[in-house]
Amino acid sequence: MDTLNNVQSIRYFIPELILVAFAAGVIIYDLIGRQEGGRRAAHLSLAGLAAALIAVLLVGAADRSLFLGMVQLDSFAVFFKVIILITTAVTILFSMGSEELDPRTKGEYYALLLAVTLGMFLMASSTHLLMIYLSIETVSLASYILAGFLTHSPRSSEAAFKYIIYGAVASGTMLFGISLIFGLTGTGDVVQVSNVLAELFSSGGGDYQLAVLVSIIFVLAGVGYKIASVPFHMWSPDVYEGAPIPITAFLSVASKSAGFALFIRLFYSGFGSANVIESVDWSLLLAVVAALTMTVGNLAALPQQNVKRLLAYSSIAHGGYVLMGGVLLTAEGVHAILFYLIIYLFMNLGAFFVVILIAERIGSETIDGYRGLVTRAPLVAISMGIFLFSLTGIPPLSGFIGKWLLFKAVLTEEFYWLAIVGLLNSVVSLYYYVRIVKAMFLDSSDEPNPVSFSIGSRALLVVFVVPTIILGLYWTPVYQLSKASLGKILG
Amino acid sequence: MFLSLMIFIPLLGMVVVLLLPRDQEELARRVTLGFTLIPLLLAVVLFMQYDRSASDLQFDFDTVWIKAFDIHYHIGINGISVTLLLLTALLGPICVLASWRNIEKGVKAYLALFLLLETGMIGFFCAQDLFLFYVFFEVTLLPMYFLIGIWGGPRREYAAIKFFLYTLFGGVLMLIAIIAVYIKGGTFDIPTLIDLASREGHPLADRTFQIWAFLGFFIGFAVKVPIFPFHTWLPDAHVEAPTAISVILAGILLKMGTYGLVLINFAMLPKGMELFCNGEGRWGNAFAVLGFVNIVYGSLCALAQKDFKKLVAYSSIAHMGFVILGLAARNESGMNGAILQMFNHGVISAMLFLLVGVVYDRAHHREIGGFGGLGSRMPIYTGITTVAFMASLGLPGLSGFVGEALSLLGAYDKFPKLTILSTIGIVIGAAYFLWTLQRVFLGQLNPKYADMPEINRREIVTLVPLGILTIVLGIWPSFAMDMFNEAVKGLIAPLG
Repeated sequence: MDTLNNVQSIRYFIPELILVAFAAGVIIYDLIGRQEGGRRAAHLSLAGLAAALIAVLLVGAADRSLFLGMVQLDSFAVFFKVIILITTAVTILFSMGSEELDPRTKGEYYALLLAVTLGMFLMASSTHLLMIYLSIETVSLASYILAGFLTHSPRSSEAAFKYIIYGAVASGTMLFGISLIFGLTGTGDVVQVSNVLAELFSSGGGDYQLAVLVSIIFVLAGVGYKIASVPFHMWSPDVYEGAPIPITAFLSVASKSAGFALFIRLFYSGFGSANVIESVDWSLLLAVVAALTMTVGNLAALPQQNVKRLLAYSSIAHGGYVLMGGVLLTAEGVHAILFYLIIYLFMNLGAFFVVILIAERIGSETIDGYRGLVTRAPLVAISMGIFLFSLTGIPPLSGFIGKWLLFKAVLTEEFYWLAIVGLLNSVVSLYYYVRIVKAMFLDSSDEPNPVSFSIGSRALLVVFVVPTIILGLYWTPVYQLSKASLGKILG
Repeated sequence: MFLSLMIFIPLLGMVVVLLLPRDQEELARRVTLGFTLIPLLLAVVLFMQYDRSASDLQFDFDTVWIKAFDIHYHIGINGISVTLLLLTALLGPICVLASWRNIEKGVKAYLALFLLLETGMIGFFCAQDLFLFYVFFEVTLLPMYFLIGIWGGPRREYAAIKFFLYTLFGGVLMLIAIIAVYIKGGTFDIPTLIDLASREGHPLADRTFQIWAFLGFFIGFAVKVPIFPFHTWLPDAHVEAPTAISVILAGILLKMGTYGLVLINFAMLPKGMELFCNGEGRWGNAFAVLGFVNIVYGSLCALAQKDFKKLVAYSSIAHMGFVILGLAARNESGMNGAILQMFNHGVISAMLFLLVGVVYDRAHHREIGGFGGLGSRMPIYTGITTVAFMASLGLPGLSGFVGEALSLLGAYDKFPKLTILSTIGIVIGAAYFLWTLQRVFLGQLNPKYADMPEINRREIVTLVPLGILTIVLGIWPSFAMDMFNEAVKGLIAPLG
């Protein structure tokens, strides 16, 4: 693969540059004219995202290593960039109608979202440990502010504060791990790290085993924090509950996807590919983490009354399901992860959108607020039902297909216990998802008046519902797309 | 295409019903009745056209659905599925009629969900692709959850979620087995898989693999049948469900479990079946013992019930035990008996639940001890109930007898002791039905019900076809058995 120098790399870096330009543009625009409540700033940001999307697609998967091996531009990166762009655009659409955000500060808010997007782009494409660290920090710092954006709400401030503390610990740990690896191998390039380590061990360097193990686990802590896997998940329910709902939706989809991109890159082209440590059963370690993550997420979701918090735990659980695909370090597993992330994008954003709509029109974030929704707003209730059953994984909805691919990947490698744990978790998850369904369909509301929603909201809702159903019945195109996106990541 | 039409016409009906204006409830009922009558008509044609002398798939239709995984839309029927298909199609319009007046709120939604349920059930009995099979299996869950949960009795929410969780639990274990079978066999096509599994040396034919896969499928289906100890959802679901939904539950959904056992466990995983049914070793009696437990335990529970509907629900568990016992025998008469019993139980339990519904609609309670002497007030109702009771307790000349007798006959060959013990269930069955008959219909008329109206015309229309079937099949069982006898022979042929 070609490695380009800094000047040659610029033309492949245009999408990122566009994001930087628009982020700066939004701030400047916001300083000049802020009377219209951030509407124009939102349009400008959307335009920026559209431009970046076009640039991403035009530049395409060049299969080149940019900036002297710092960043890789391959189809895998393109895949995640598109997912991140879509999620950001949706988040901006959610935020435009949001009444909890202060209209005076919305300009900064959008600029920050663009900055996070930039960081996530880098997370999806970094191949150098230092670059990985910087990209995580870019995402984290901006996310801290976004989570605490509701300055009048103590919950939001608490969320931001917790986020910072956990984040600082996780990234500090990661940085320590990176420094150890650099000390052991003398390089930061992920592929070279794995080569050097492999050499080290083949020449009987058994003394380094512990040091390597510890440093990789430290690096894993940073990644685990981003995908909210056990035991680094503690921040996520509080942050998800306190943050503005569009940000919660954003974190649960985009941040998680970027985290998985990083995880796959690190473990597939880095630590995992050369069988760095033979005495440690990586698959088993990751399998245990995956099993714990989904179990903890699902069990903690059971008693929740706050729908936002419930979905927060549910998204921890989904992180666990997705991690199952990464356990075996097989191509099939990664393929299943990519596929699942597409499906998850639609159903999870859809569910959060309903939460936003209900919070605004009914003024409730608890399950009680959903009572009798089917008579008050049938479209919203039925859509929510579809999202929730899809999250459970009931056929013929798309969530089932996503899970099906993941479980198939696990079973192909004969990891039976993990598949059983995962599927029993689906049964557990049904119980809490159905509590919302029950409130919407089976209970009656004290307030029978219908609730109306704008045409735009309803249209956006349908945009999420349609793929959630269609991809459950016919998913070949998406399957091919995610297969093509695997690219050369697997060596 | 014929079968596809049958599967998707109810789905089309669902769309039509949803598009009708909100206040047109009567029209919605009529439209639904129409859309359930079409599959019945098609089923009758199917019944006539079906070649009774062949054991392989008929009305076969196969097209690629998802190429990357070799998932096909493959449907076809054999003698066993065509019988159950007929039962499904018959109960459809009957249930619509049975819900005509008792469902008042959200009529359109109820009918739409009912039609969706019918699509799921018909599809399930036609599917010849394991993936499709699983999808249809699960498709029935959602409408059932809402039908019980919204239109059920006082504890409907509990019953609905319990049903959902139990079935999904079984379903996911089955899903693991399906994926494992797919990985070993490389295809979802059920006939191909059955063929591969019978070839020595093929990974699918591996004994250990078959046993584990057997267990996965078995638990999935056992929850549905339900087989002890997975049965506890059933009494709750039955008691809370509206009458028509109880009818579907007992008539069709339970059969999905036993049909699955025949199609997958019996035909595709013979080595697993062998281990649990050969009568030798530690596990050799397992299957038959479960049948026995179902029969005796179900009957004893039924005997103890005060609630009419719960009694019928437990008697369902007992009667499904005969199916299990017949399957365990793995010989021609046992299998024939089991499948006939599936059909008969579908008809008889549907009748019983409809009858319970009739009296509940009038008295608004189901306490067996709370009636008395209804026979003098409602002679027609009493007459039909007596026929249903007698059929259910296995009186010779009515359909229940033939299926149970054949099952026992087949099982006696292999498990003589268990079979003899199982007949206790028949005695208890006679006891609780006769005792109920006495308490509800005989003796002094309870003055509270002195002006209880007689069964009306609509209710009679729902019951008469089933009653006729019970009598016809009692006298002339080959009417149904000719349909599946060849298929049964095909199933047991490899066992030698």
